[in-house]
Amino acid sequence: MNMHTQPQRTPAETALIDAFGDRLSLLPGDGAVMLKRDDAIETIKHGLPTRRVESWHYTDLRRLLNTVPDFDPAAMAKAIAPIVDGSTVASILNGKSDAKVPAPEGVSFQRLSEKLIDGSAAAGLDPYGSDDAIGALNTAFVADGYFVDIADGVELEKPVELQNLQAGGQTHVRLAVRVGAGAKAVIVERQTGDGAALGSSVSQLVLGEGAEVTWLIVQEQPETATHLAQFKAHIGKNAKLTLFVMNAGGRLVRQEIMVRTTGEGADFKLRGINLLAGDTHTDVTMVLDHAVPHTTSTEVIRNVVTGKARGVFQGRINVHQYAQKTNAKMACNTLLLSDDGEFSTKPELEIFADDVICGHGATVTEIDHNHLFYLMARGVDEKSARGLLVKAFVAEVIEELDDEAIVEALEARLDDWFAAHG
Amino acid sequence: MLEIKNLHARIVDDGTEIIRGLNLTVKAGEVAAIMGPNGSGKSTLSYILAGREDYEVTEGDILYNGQSILEMDPAERATSGIFLAFQYPMEIPGVATMEFLKVAMNEQRKARGEEPLKIPEFLKRVKEAAASLSMDMAMLKRPLNVGFSGGEKKRAEILQMKLLEPKLCVLDETDSGLDIDALKIVSDGVNALRAPDRAFLVITHYQRLLEHIVPDTVHVLYKGQVIKSGDKSLALDLEANGYAGVIGEAA
Repeated sequence: MNMHTQPQRTPAETALIDAFGDRLSLLPGDGAVMLKRDDAIETIKHGLPTRRVESWHYTDLRRLLNTVPDFDPAAMAKAIAPIVDGSTVASILNGKSDAKVPAPEGVSFQRLSEKLIDGSAAAGLDPYGSDDAIGALNTAFVADGYFVDIADGVELEKPVELQNLQAGGQTHVRLAVRVGAGAKAVIVERQTGDGAALGSSVSQLVLGEGAEVTWLIVQEQPETATHLAQFKAHIGKNAKLTLFVMNAGGRLVRQEIMVRTTGEGADFKLRGINLLAGDTHTDVTMVLDHAVPHTTSTEVIRNVVTGKARGVFQGRINVHQYAQKTNAKMACNTLLLSDDGEFSTKPELEIFADDVICGHGATVTEIDHNHLFYLMARGVDEKSARGLLVKAFVAEVIEELDDEAIVEALEARLDDWFAAHG
Repeated sequence: MLEIKNLHARIVDDGTEIIRGLNLTVKAGEVAAIMGPNGSGKSTLSYILAGREDYEVTEGDILYNGQSILEMDPAERATSGIFLAFQYPMEIPGVATMEFLKVAMNEQRKARGEEPLKIPEFLKRVKEAAASLSMDMAMLKRPLNVGFSGGEKKRAEILQMKLLEPKLCVLDETDSGLDIDALKIVSDGVNALRAPDRAFLVITHYQRLLEHIVPDTVHVLYKGQVIKSGDKSLALDLEANGYAGVIGEAA
């Protein structure tokens, strides 16, 4: 992080450091875990990242994180219905996991607090590079979450929904999921609540050989909450991961995505929609490492910007020296519907192999007037026609998921957002 | 039903005048064919009737059932009963065809003060209309016009026309891109809609379509004006002798 000394700590930095002192005796962990926590809080003592740190250039966390709520042990979050009926639901209510999750055959749930206490979660707490503010915040304070294991060859018929629900205060959780060789699963990561919380959430996914996973992040925090999240995955040989990210709320949101292909034939798809409204800031930052030969990826991000909302997409693809025959394509398209909104896109390709196909593109558009005319010529009034077209712009990405139950569930979330912000 | 009086119109962007003093009257129940060489203003006329903002009327008026429509936006014109079957229907990714049809049909009903259609009744109507045009329902599960062939798009336009039950139907080169079988299906679809209280403006390049949709009147458009009107024999004459004779006569 910042090696130079900050002139003065911000109230948020002071609050985090003080909170760590107060919480220390309550935080679970063996010696190894507690050492990582100490390192992490040292990182925060050096100061939150500013725009001078390259990866935080468009999201000046030090300036944007202006208040930090106290931990609130009395906050009561309630479990909610999953987005797909019949899902296996594991909830984290205000940072606390459930002792008993009814698991389908071949799936096991373990409370992360137990894995912190016995030290088996320690290795996962290491920071990602030198600017890992979210990782540091989470490592310092994480108290619970789930470890989920899906055994080799298990094909789940219904999604597993991991709910992280807040009702104010601070929550710092971690979701670690291992999907065994040849297993198939849909995993929903639900991030929502009704408080003005500060939350950090780190998800770690490991896909075994030939595993196929669709992971949906559905983030619908209220416009008072700060949500700092990471999703980290390793994709093994011939394994396929589709990550769908929907940001539809939050005052200050940063969703980091760090993915690495670790076996030949690995395939990664990132599909994201950012629905931005009000006076909010939402940042999706991806670092994808094509670390072995013959791996593929596509990334499509669609943004709708209204009000005074600001959005950021940073997409970095690193093709390692031996990762020949990599095929990677990235696109970021923004529909800018307000004069006061803004969206910043920064694609980066860093290629050390010579036999690869890599491309990226970014567009910012308004509503297509030909399309608008067509719909109006069928009697749809201008407001409704615009609504249909804006929804269509993002629905296109959802429909590509090709699973009727998921598409329906996500479109319902989309309708909710449009009903509230149309 | 439709009365176009000394209409002048130009392209907003560059001011080019396309329609230059056009007069045309179409009565209820009438099928009027508009023919003319390329660049005569046929498609422009259809867009102006539908209310496309790229064109500006500088003189004259368009009366529909005695009322000027110039101040109405495309949606208001559509809900008052004007329908344009596009020459090149737009593909709109992400808009589900069925949802679009439901919204459009209910907008028509709303304008007439009727309740929205119940889902089973809506599905029944769409299925019947699709069957009559030999359209596969699977097509309608796709986003609007996306991946449709040229012929499928034209059928989809006629399907919409059937479902929306307009009073003034403007068909812009509906025959272009259709093979002979599709042309027959589309024409049958149009003929089935002919009614005493409904008028058609059939814009076409060729006599071919008019063998299937037999017009009551034929009007030749040239340089933004109707230069000759007649009955269906005029179309045959044009087919045999080309536009040169008619144009020469007018000049």
